[in-house]
Amino acid sequence: MTADAFTALLPFLVLSAAAVAVMLAIAIRRSFRLIFWLTVGGLLASLSTLPHALAVAPLRVTDLLLVDAYGLFFHALLLLAALAVALLCLAYFRRRENENEEIFVLLLTSTLGALLLVSSAHLAMFFLGLEVLTISLFPMIAYSVRASRPLEAGIKYLMLSGLASSFLMFGMALVYGDLGGLSFEQIGASGAALEQKPLALAGMFLILAAIGFKLSLVPFHLWTPDVYQGAPAPVTAFLATVSKASVFALLLRFFTTVHAERSETFLCVLGLLAVVSILAGNLLALLQDSLKRLLAYSSIGHMGYLLVGFVAAGLLRRDLQAETIAFYLAAYTLTSLAAFGAISAISDDARESDRLSDYAGLFWRSPWLAAVLTLSLLSLAGIPLTVGFVGKFYVFAAGVQAETWPLVATVVVGSGIGIYYYLRVVLAMIQPADAGHRLALHPAAGTALAVTALLVLAAGLFPQLLIDAAANTPHSPTTADSPHQAAASPAASR
Amino acid sequence: MILLWLILIPLIGGLLSLPAGHWRDRAPGWVALAALAVDAVLVLTQFADTGAAPQTAWLAQIDWAWIPRFGIRFHLALDGLSLLLIALTVFLGFAAVLCSWTEIRERQGFFHFNLLWTLAGVIGVFLALDLFLFFFFWEVMLIPMYLLIGIWGHENRAYAAMKFFIFTQVSGLLMLIAILALVFLHYQTTRTLSFDYFELLEADLYPGAARWIMLGFFVAFTVKLPAIPFHTWLPDAHTQAPTGGSVILAGVLLKTGAYGLLRFVVPLFPGAAQDFAPIAMALGAVSILYAAKLAFAQSDIKRLIAYTSVSHMGFVLLGVFAGNAAALQGAVMTMLAHGVSAAALFMVAGALQERLHTRDMDKMGGLWTLAPRIGAITLFFSVAALGMPGLGNFVGEFLVLLGSFRVDTAITAFAALGLILAPVYALYVIQRAFHGPASPREVRDFGLREMGVMLFLVAATAWMGLHPQSMLAYTDATVNGLTRTLAQRGT
Repeated sequence: MTADAFTALLPFLVLSAAAVAVMLAIAIRRSFRLIFWLTVGGLLASLSTLPHALAVAPLRVTDLLLVDAYGLFFHALLLLAALAVALLCLAYFRRRENENEEIFVLLLTSTLGALLLVSSAHLAMFFLGLEVLTISLFPMIAYSVRASRPLEAGIKYLMLSGLASSFLMFGMALVYGDLGGLSFEQIGASGAALEQKPLALAGMFLILAAIGFKLSLVPFHLWTPDVYQGAPAPVTAFLATVSKASVFALLLRFFTTVHAERSETFLCVLGLLAVVSILAGNLLALLQDSLKRLLAYSSIGHMGYLLVGFVAAGLLRRDLQAETIAFYLAAYTLTSLAAFGAISAISDDARESDRLSDYAGLFWRSPWLAAVLTLSLLSLAGIPLTVGFVGKFYVFAAGVQAETWPLVATVVVGSGIGIYYYLRVVLAMIQPADAGHRLALHPAAGTALAVTALLVLAAGLFPQLLIDAAANTPHSPTTADSPHQAAASPAASR
Repeated sequence: MILLWLILIPLIGGLLSLPAGHWRDRAPGWVALAALAVDAVLVLTQFADTGAAPQTAWLAQIDWAWIPRFGIRFHLALDGLSLLLIALTVFLGFAAVLCSWTEIRERQGFFHFNLLWTLAGVIGVFLALDLFLFFFFWEVMLIPMYLLIGIWGHENRAYAAMKFFIFTQVSGLLMLIAILALVFLHYQTTRTLSFDYFELLEADLYPGAARWIMLGFFVAFTVKLPAIPFHTWLPDAHTQAPTGGSVILAGVLLKTGAYGLLRFVVPLFPGAAQDFAPIAMALGAVSILYAAKLAFAQSDIKRLIAYTSVSHMGFVLLGVFAGNAAALQGAVMTMLAHGVSAAALFMVAGALQERLHTRDMDKMGGLWTLAPRIGAITLFFSVAALGMPGLGNFVGEFLVLLGSFRVDTAITAFAALGLILAPVYALYVIQRAFHGPASPREVRDFGLREMGVMLFLVAATAWMGLHPQSMLAYTDATVNGLTRTLAQRGT
């Protein structure tokens, strides 16, 4: 192994070492605070190695991993999200009586899985990363093991994840059988369009189904509301951000490296998934009285918006596609962290506050918390001043430029419905209530919320910095061969 | 820089009024007044710099890079039209703060925060000359308005606030798509990605595309204006909003729709706008008559005034799409005059509700003897609203009809019938609420604060009616630019 390869692997190595160190520390001395600080230290150390890795990127490390700017952008995003989740965990589990330090080990291993997923360049690493992420997630979801809801949610996620994994395996087997390769590049280099390879195409669809499950795209979404609602709030925040963002980042890398976009069928299916996800997610969110379920359905809709950006920008230019996805995912991650962070901050291990009635009059009881939650809801709804608006702007810009009018129309309809249920929450919060009963905010949760909310606002007002970061993420070895690349004015080429 | 401060000062004032609310009960009101006073000084200096009639179309500009990735700039500019509308905004801002002085007792800090941020958003809309920035302000003014209705509104506030937000937001998204389509079509021909107004004025669109894009803008602006058939949010929002909110909604927010038509729809798509003019003018005429008829059928006094707003905005729509100098000047005059008179009428309605705890005119009656000052003021503004010569509204409506008569005789004749319906509903208010037998009760008449505000509004209305040229001089350059565009590129 060369020194460069070692540098490129540093983020993973540091994170793995941190997980081991935390585990050993727990064996020596159980102290919630100590373990928390060790975890934060590990995440920060991993974060600090990213610039070094960027200096040697892009670099292929073994057959399995590709360390490039695109992956490192997501590494930074995922590590920051994990950091916020760690802060939320500290506040949420502080009153729990039993051994509760293990949540941080699981947090580190699942983050490691997410990082591996983002950087994988080979189906084996894809599978490995996904499993490391998922298997760490089961115990996190069922962490409040005495309560029935988390347990039920954990088992549900376990069963359905198992199913999704078997789909994934079968799909990989079919692809391998037809194309004779497991690395993304090999699959992509086999040349011919997928339509002429029925087995490989079937395999691709099976892999898509597994990814659809992780992203909770309709019709693979059934687990989402139950698991979102059942899991402890910080874990829901992790599930909604780290798990989704890493899988979507992989989706883009995988499907563009293997040139799935050359297949019309494939694009149609993705477009269709986007439309049904947007409509079903937003319509079902209308019916919810639990904020966590509401946000679960809204996340289904958001994955649909992302897919619209994926398809539309993919028809235009590959670098634009990567930029759109990277920006939207960053926006979505920040916003969701703020939203679930707010839920987490007013809940704890003993009691989850997720009914809408729990939020009645929050504006007067705890103005800052209510302001953060309102900001994140407005960002989810895509209202200016927030980063969510710029994300939606990207989707609209791609959709309009590619002239995919049905998809654009669906996004408008979805956003219109979305406003209704996001505002319902705001309406609940502005109901009159006596200001006497104030909520105490744990400093850790307060810090996490303040930082994410500020970022949502700052990136909404001055998005150029985040755009630059997202735009400098041309990924994968073959950047210049999108089928539509030749046409400089994309719409005219169609 | 003065342009940036015009927006920043209400924003800062809003932020300051939050802690002021914790400090002392009336403090947020004073903070708001101070912020508006500073803004008023800025507006007056701008008037003084300009002189009696502007020599150039654009009086001040700032143009900074904002999001270079998309060619988006922070571009503000001021011409006579925006100057007049900003003056109206600040003027009515004072009125809104003062009429809420006793009505709003709870959470005053947050109330004034929302009020000032709405005003800042509106001023931004009147100044923005980058289409992205325009959309940004267009949406930003919604949220505080939504909170104003949702928190301090009357019994059905949740429904009204939600309806208001969804109508404007969805139509706003259509406008965003239209903006993007325009920008990318421009990009295809010139290879420069820009949201700048002046750049996009040069865009060369084929007629089919121009028609669709124009429709996207048109829908967004007519929802805000509002015109039939997009008006249904307005009676709810106006009726449920607190008085200060109604004043801002009717006086200023509706004008952003009209401003959008004047500033963007006509200059950007002169050809498509002219092709579309018969339909738009017919919509305007139908709005005038249909809303007047609906107004007559209301027993809720705020709802009645809300429908008269729709009716008067029909004249604006008619005038904008008639497209000649007289009609355009008339549309601007109607915007200003209606802003003042509708704000005044909503303040009267708010004052009545504060005193009688009802907006139902069937439960009023005989108020003239109990509160003669309220009666006199109501009579004055009712007469102004019905278009009495010598007052501002008359000048506006007369010019609109004069201009559109040359374009389409049938529609104009039809719209002129509105001048018959207006006295009916205006006098109906007076008759039902102020005449008739008085019920034996105490009604506090207007005090010094309320009379002061009202007399200012009376003076403004009379000034606009007696010396309209002082206003028209400011919009001459803008209007001439519009007519020139229409003549050159229209057909």
